Amino acid sequence: MRALLFAMVVVPSLALAVGRPSEMLPDPAQEARAQEIGRELRCMVCQNQSIEDSEADLARDLRRLVRERVASGESSDAVREYVHARYGDFVLLRPPFNWVTAPLWALPVIVLAGGALALVVMRRRSAGRVVPAPLSEAERAWLARLEEEP
Amino acid sequence: MSEARRSALSRRALVWAPLGLAAAGGLGFWAMLRGMRDGSYDPRGVPSALIGKAAPALSLPAVEGTGLPGFGPDALAAPGGPVLVNFWASWCVPCVVEHPQLVALQRRGVRILGINYKDKPADAAKFLTRYGNPFAALVADADGRAGIEYGLYGVPETYLLDGGGIVRWRWAGPMTPDTVSAELDVLLRRHA
Repeated sequence: MRALLFAMVVVPSLALAVGRPSEMLPDPAQEARAQEIGRELRCMVCQNQSIEDSEADLARDLRRLVRERVASGESSDAVREYVHARYGDFVLLRPPFNWVTAPLWALPVIVLAGGALALVVMRRRSAGRVVPAPLSEAERAWLARLEEEP
Repeated sequence: MSEARRSALSRRALVWAPLGLAAAGGLGFWAMLRGMRDGSYDPRGVPSALIGKAAPALSLPAVEGTGLPGFGPDALAAPGGPVLVNFWASWCVPCVVEHPQLVALQRRGVRILGINYKDKPADAAKFLTRYGNPFAALVADADGRAGIEYGLYGVPETYLLDGGGIVRWRWAGPMTPDTVSAELDVLLRRHA
């Protein structure tokens, strides 16, 4: 069991580390900037990983491209925009706000507002229910009789 | 309606609401799986960012040993009529599946520009000898940069450019006879 866990956890992470140093930029500041950009770009082949985390060929090509552009002195926004213009909104792991993505961003707000509304309605209903009707004449007389009994 | 009956009703609704939600979710999931099986729904199908925009210019070398001419940026900027741009590679198995459709399109007079993606020229030439050549011209994208220019995420991938070099359609993955008859034919007629 432990060996299996080891194989599952350690071996892939080792594989991930292979081939990295040769890709890295010599300037640590530039490399950090390239990694920051790469972590926000989706690997289009594996789709749920960033290009920094993926070992797909396309991710490697994009990593190289990002580094070349960073090394040539391009701003982070310009590099992101270069990839965005070619791969569309989907390539950005943090989707931009526009008309197409508006429902995506608005959904949590809508769900919260819906829940709050439901709470208010339920409160109001139950509040209306607990107000007791005043006792009728007959009920009052019956109560008085009960109290008089020994 | 009396108070007691109303509360009994809402309690019943509370029991049925989650069940109804789960049923709706299950139905949606089933529809999704069915769509994936018959090909009408593709969860990985991401629309190309290039649709409606000018095709990226490329200056790539011809593929040696194929005997085919290359093409320059002008062929993409102003093709003068609808043209297909097909990314393929000899190492790509789905490309073999797609190839008969390309050959058939070429026989019908559709102009197809090939981009040989990350391939060895000798392998590409062997592939074309074996399966037939559908390309009017062919260039080599040895390092995959042209692929990135087009927002490519795998081979094969096919783009339809109109006469003015505007990207009108993108098909990711192998085109089947159905793809051609259901989608491409309509667009070829529209942009002819």
